[in-house]
Amino acid sequence: MNFDTWLPLFVVLSSLLPGLVMFFLDEGSHRLRTVLNMSGALLKLLLVGVITWGVFHQHIYETRWTLAPGLELVLHADTLSVLFVILSTVLWLVTTVYAIGYLEKSPHRSRFFGFFSVCVSATVGLALAGNLLTFVLFYELLTLATYPLVAHRGTPEALRGARIYLAYTLTGGVLLFTGTVWLHSIAGSIAFVEGGTLNQLHADYHPQLKVIFLLMITGLGVKAALVPLHGWLPQAMVAPAPVSALLHAVAVVKAGAFGIIRVVYDVYGVEFTHELGLLTGLGIIAAITIIYGSVKALSQDNLKKRLAYSTVSQVSYIALGITILGPIGTIGGIVHLVHQGVMKITLFFTAGNYAETLGIHKVSEMDGVGQRMPATTLAFSIGALGMIGIPPVAGYVSKWYLALGSLEAGMAWWVMPVLVTSSLLNAAYFLPILYRAWFKQPATKWPSEKILPARFETQAALLWPPLITAVLAIAAGMFAASPYSPLEWASLITRREYGL
Amino acid sequence: MIDTLIWLVALPLASALATQLLPRYATAIVISTAIATSINAAALLYAVATHGVMLYQIGGWTAGLGIALRADGLSALLLMMAAIVLLASSIYASAYFNDNPLRRRFWPLWLLLWCSLNALLLSGDLFNLYVTLELLGLSAVALASLGGKTAALQAALRYLLVGLLGSMLFLAGVTLIYAGYGTLDLATLSRVVAAGPIAWSALALMTVGLLLKTALFPLHFWLPPAHGSAPAPVSAVLSALVVKATFYLVMRLWLDIFSEVVTPQAASIPGVLGAAAVLWGSWQALRAERLKLLAAYSTVAQLGYLFLFFPLLQALPAGAARDAAMGGLVILALTHGLAKSGLFLAIGIIQQRSGHDTIRDLDGTAQRLPATTFAIALSGIALIGLPPSGAFLGKWHLLAAAFSAGQWLWVVVIMIGTLLAAAYTFRVLGHAFGQQPYPRHPVTIAAEEWPALILSAFATIGLGLAGAPVWQLLKVSL
Repeated sequence: MNFDTWLPLFVVLSSLLPGLVMFFLDEGSHRLRTVLNMSGALLKLLLVGVITWGVFHQHIYETRWTLAPGLELVLHADTLSVLFVILSTVLWLVTTVYAIGYLEKSPHRSRFFGFFSVCVSATVGLALAGNLLTFVLFYELLTLATYPLVAHRGTPEALRGARIYLAYTLTGGVLLFTGTVWLHSIAGSIAFVEGGTLNQLHADYHPQLKVIFLLMITGLGVKAALVPLHGWLPQAMVAPAPVSALLHAVAVVKAGAFGIIRVVYDVYGVEFTHELGLLTGLGIIAAITIIYGSVKALSQDNLKKRLAYSTVSQVSYIALGITILGPIGTIGGIVHLVHQGVMKITLFFTAGNYAETLGIHKVSEMDGVGQRMPATTLAFSIGALGMIGIPPVAGYVSKWYLALGSLEAGMAWWVMPVLVTSSLLNAAYFLPILYRAWFKQPATKWPSEKILPARFETQAALLWPPLITAVLAIAAGMFAASPYSPLEWASLITRREYGL
Repeated sequence: MIDTLIWLVALPLASALATQLLPRYATAIVISTAIATSINAAALLYAVATHGVMLYQIGGWTAGLGIALRADGLSALLLMMAAIVLLASSIYASAYFNDNPLRRRFWPLWLLLWCSLNALLLSGDLFNLYVTLELLGLSAVALASLGGKTAALQAALRYLLVGLLGSMLFLAGVTLIYAGYGTLDLATLSRVVAAGPIAWSALALMTVGLLLKTALFPLHFWLPPAHGSAPAPVSAVLSALVVKATFYLVMRLWLDIFSEVVTPQAASIPGVLGAAAVLWGSWQALRAERLKLLAAYSTVAQLGYLFLFFPLLQALPAGAARDAAMGGLVILALTHGLAKSGLFLAIGIIQQRSGHDTIRDLDGTAQRLPATTFAIALSGIALIGLPPSGAFLGKWHLLAAAFSAGQWLWVVVIMIGTLLAAAYTFRVLGHAFGQQPYPRHPVTIAAEEWPALILSAFATIGLGLAGAPVWQLLKVSL
């Protein structure tokens, strides 16, 4: 009973408890809500800092709680979970600042921030999950916590988007749940162990294991927006900007991608998955998703929709990296979990700024916006260039490792063309925006400009978050070789995963 | 310590009389009785957990002659659930009926129902079970008729006839048992009962009677109108407790006393009916136009899940897997009891505030009452079986048992049922989001909203995260 055994639980509770309190706050108690939000976020950051240091030095942090015979809730910090926890914690802090600014004076803030905190708690919980049961538990909780956020505005479109989101994710959840229970009935409790454990099962079980894999990956693929399970993602765009930012960068799509990593590496084991002949199929679906998302993004005039299809495409880099056998591809996939998050959240923050400040929702309205909002547009450009894969922004590091990994694994003949095509497509849908924003003459009147009493181009609470994440995106690329950089941490994960 | 057993029956009975004699103090009497009985139930639960099975012979007469009360883990758990539901509903009802003249008739019946429910759960022989069953049924019918409208009276009358028919079938089975084995004591009976025409026909008669009262598909026809037109606290108790009481008896008969007599073919009958109930009930709930009917059909579906366990428990050999599944069954029943009562209480608030419970027109009300909507959401999570509710653990064990027993059909039923439950729950919750006016403070009507919230939270968070003792307690059995 010491501090170490409770630390993972505290990390989850540091946002869950403030969230639960916030549900019961008066709408008007703005200050108390902000204090709760910020102190929760900062406390979480502190706790995560301790855990990161400890995991690097091989400390063990584990909370266990028996739910029922044979069913244990396990929160356990390993290198992979720490990577995802840091990403969520840092981006949550930034997004909270952004959301406080964004939602100022809008209705239902107690409800919004309550679910916002539960959403992050669920994300952190599934990141720290030490076994499949715990993962499923938080995965479903995440669905429940994000539904009210997507429906938040209460317009018919918002409700429709939320309903579609729910239909997809709950169906996925049921499949994942069924697969998990099935696996339990064959192999007992499934702890996440580096290298996986299922290869020890008798060969008679292999056909069942294949079906279970299919069930679980379909369930996870819904959230990870693998084609053809991605239909909800463009619909969920109706959510308020901070929600979209969190959904696309950290919470939902990443939960799916993270789950796929867990299942492939820590439940089945990557070599065993390959042995079962399941890895290539997943890789092909990932490749199709990458190309499909980029192609769809090309034709979207709505800025957030274009970004949404870009997410469909970019998140599948993670799945692609997983399926490239060998440590280098793995590094590429895992590091993209962080890189995509930081870059994409920047893009969504800036899209929110355009919409809130000038009423710009469409790409065709963005002419000359760089002159009116230079800092926001700079952040947007950094995010966009990163997505294309232009150094020194972080995106190139992921693509480099994916390409190198595919060469090493002898898969270059099909992975390379996918990567090249996708990068060209990324450029084709991002560069015209940058051209418009910086080099075209602004229209005489913005769609609905708000007269702001602020010193900057928009409110400070909306401006700083994208600038900070843009700097993080550059830093992750420039200092990729330094200790504690995402790349170094991904390499550490991979070394432990492959037992190198 | 043993006195708790008799007080669990005697106190509600005495208070029922007292409310009749002193109507002016009725509310105070009921609330203090409710608190005392809940403490008693908790004490009993603790005693069973630490000392094992509790036994009390009234007047010192031994079984066979006198009336014996006894409690094991299962009955103590159900008693505790009943106490929580009834305590919360009593507080709620004191505000719900407020100055309504109905409350004079309501309180005595309410306590009588509690008394007969406790007595049923504590009875150890078939004749006492019949008597308590009859008492429970009659007080439930009287309470259901309090709605006063023609529809409520019609539903209550049908409920009465169904209940009487059920009891008569049960009694016929009991008579057959007595003729065949010369005893009605359950403990003795479980030792002497043997497969044969007497056991089979007695079990069949008793079961059909009980299933009629438990509203298992296709015998559920009376439930939606009866539960859908009673006053809210009554609906809560009918759906959460009264059908559970008869289900408890089915469980005792099939899984305990007659377990040696039941063949796999026989056990598949409740399974198939349960599967049909899950699908049909969920589908009807999805199509219901009124909230209360939705909740009532959802009860039909949720009872179906409980019967899915029967063929699985029959197929699993005694051991850890079977015990785990048994616990899953009980925790599913407990979760449903708490969640459904919370749901009915919440619906009652909506009905009182807006004068209707038509789902289509919920927008304004749902947004004016955020805490009530939150209670509906919490109980909905438990009905779907999502984590962290107790039903999640229950469904996990149900699915696990289906996989271990290799009975794949149930897996598909459970998956479809879960999705349908999600569909009907979120069909309601969608109305919580909109641009209608909303209050500054989330909780607006404390005495009614808190009981609903606490019951739902108990099901969704309490049982899910702290449900492990259920499996421990079930090891304490007769």
